[in-house]
Amino acid sequence: MSHSHIDVRYVANLARLELSDEEVATFQPQLEAILHHAEALSQLDVTGIEPTAHPAPVFDRMRADVPHQSLTPDAVLHNAPDQAQGQIRVPKVVTDA
Amino acid sequence: MTLASLRRQLLAGDTTSAAILHHLAGEIAARDSLTGAYLSYDLEAALAEAAQADLSLPLGGIPIAIKDNMNVRGQPCTCGSKILAENYRSPYDATVIRKLRAAGAIPFGRMNQDEFAMGSATENSALQTTRNPHDPDRIPGGSSGGSAAAVADRTAIAALGSDTGGSVRQPASHCGVVGLKPSYGRVSRYGLVAFASSLDQIGPLTQTVEDAALVLQAIAGFDPLDSTCLDVPVPDYLTCLHAGVHGLKLGVPKEYFGEGIDPGVRNNVEAAIQKLAAQGAEIVGISLPHTAHAVATYYVIAPAEASSNLSRFDGIRYGHRTANPADILNLYKKSRDEGFGPEVKRRIILGTYVLSSGYYDAYYGRAQKVRTLIRRDFEAAFHQVDAILSPVAPTPARKIGTFANDPLHEYLSDIFTLSANLAGIPGIAVPCGTTDFDGGTNLPVGLQILGPHLGEAKLLQIAQAVEV
Repeated sequence: MSHSHIDVRYVANLARLELSDEEVATFQPQLEAILHHAEALSQLDVTGIEPTAHPAPVFDRMRADVPHQSLTPDAVLHNAPDQAQGQIRVPKVVTDA
Repeated sequence: MTLASLRRQLLAGDTTSAAILHHLAGEIAARDSLTGAYLSYDLEAALAEAAQADLSLPLGGIPIAIKDNMNVRGQPCTCGSKILAENYRSPYDATVIRKLRAAGAIPFGRMNQDEFAMGSATENSALQTTRNPHDPDRIPGGSSGGSAAAVADRTAIAALGSDTGGSVRQPASHCGVVGLKPSYGRVSRYGLVAFASSLDQIGPLTQTVEDAALVLQAIAGFDPLDSTCLDVPVPDYLTCLHAGVHGLKLGVPKEYFGEGIDPGVRNNVEAAIQKLAAQGAEIVGISLPHTAHAVATYYVIAPAEASSNLSRFDGIRYGHRTANPADILNLYKKSRDEGFGPEVKRRIILGTYVLSSGYYDAYYGRAQKVRTLIRRDFEAAFHQVDAILSPVAPTPARKIGTFANDPLHEYLSDIFTLSANLAGIPGIAVPCGTTDFDGGTNLPVGLQILGPHLGEAKLLQIAQAVEV
């Protein structure tokens, strides 16, 4: 781990967040302080230590492959910001060649 | 009135479920404009359920307040965020709601919280301020601040909260009520809006330890809809409640009593430990050597998981969508920028960073390994002792606005509660006195009791001995 530099606008774009200049200026020192604190983890010797992804002793649980009732289209579309003809409407995704 | 005493009144015919609801509505009207615990409530819907309530069931006729991140069909579920506040209505019931209803309870009220449960003060709610009923200039704690404040203010009988790094226990401590975080896998999270999936658990906030046992009894148990929910029997949490602490070995970790603890917190917690010793518990000094790394470990892992979980809020299927987006990418980015508040954005950026190529091994991979070391600390300790005693938080409730613009400082105050989530073990906060702090008087202090995985019954038993 190096010196806690983070390109806030670049990472925000990866996370699909459009930040204002003010937000970038606010977050930059805050995030660097947090990352600097996290660098203390590099002092520990973790050679040969297995990672813990989650603490429950259950893995790869599968449900029975049988059909069951799920939400109706009406119930789902009720929360959609924009809908038409039983479907969620979004801006044009494919542009002309 | 406690849940248990209201149940006795209901069974004796001295009150009705409808009368309890009308009483609560009156209390909310009288005091909640100051406390700000409730985001919304639907008295008519609750009264309709009350008319059908089966009083023979364990929680029959009892209204339970719900943190606003658990889905109740037909009700709002804002998560304290603008992104869900406009028009979202839950299309289904969370499993805990289905289980509460199966036990006869009535979900009543949507409780304020830090946005997406990210915070320790409920100051990160985008929707309103919640104040501590013991001192309106102070935070109720968080993130389940509305749930804790309402139970303390007696505008709710009992409540559900969620605890990812202390979000049930810390507000319970700050408001002087009981708060229980069950073991990872004990309670289904289906229908709880996910924050950090390897850490989240739902738990009760109540006036008494007995009430916490009653609510846990109703919500615990296997659910095929949550793949991490354990298929193991649920014990009777009331049987051993009054069994006492004689002969139990209780560990006091030196790392939890170092610098930075308010003297009033220390004195009250040490008095509670002495009280347990006087009842026959053996107090043992122990060490949890990786405690100092818990904050760093947590604030890598939790934001990483949050950045993934919150990618579902994209303005497409539900929640806020920006007006007049230029294209689909612009729709995502502007909808999220307009919908999320600053703490949520900070954690999404932090989480995205620690998962990104070139930084993954150094931050996320390493934090997962340190998480193993923290987990092993507890495994070793529980070979030695039955449970562990500590403060819940280093100080009583601070004033509103103290840590504005200093998120790291706020994170560091979570030091005593985070480890239980990292290790997946249960923890309970139980009131153990009051103290003066930073100009405030008679502010509640909580004792935290941590136990081995699925050890909730013993935690309740010890907590009961602190309470009496």
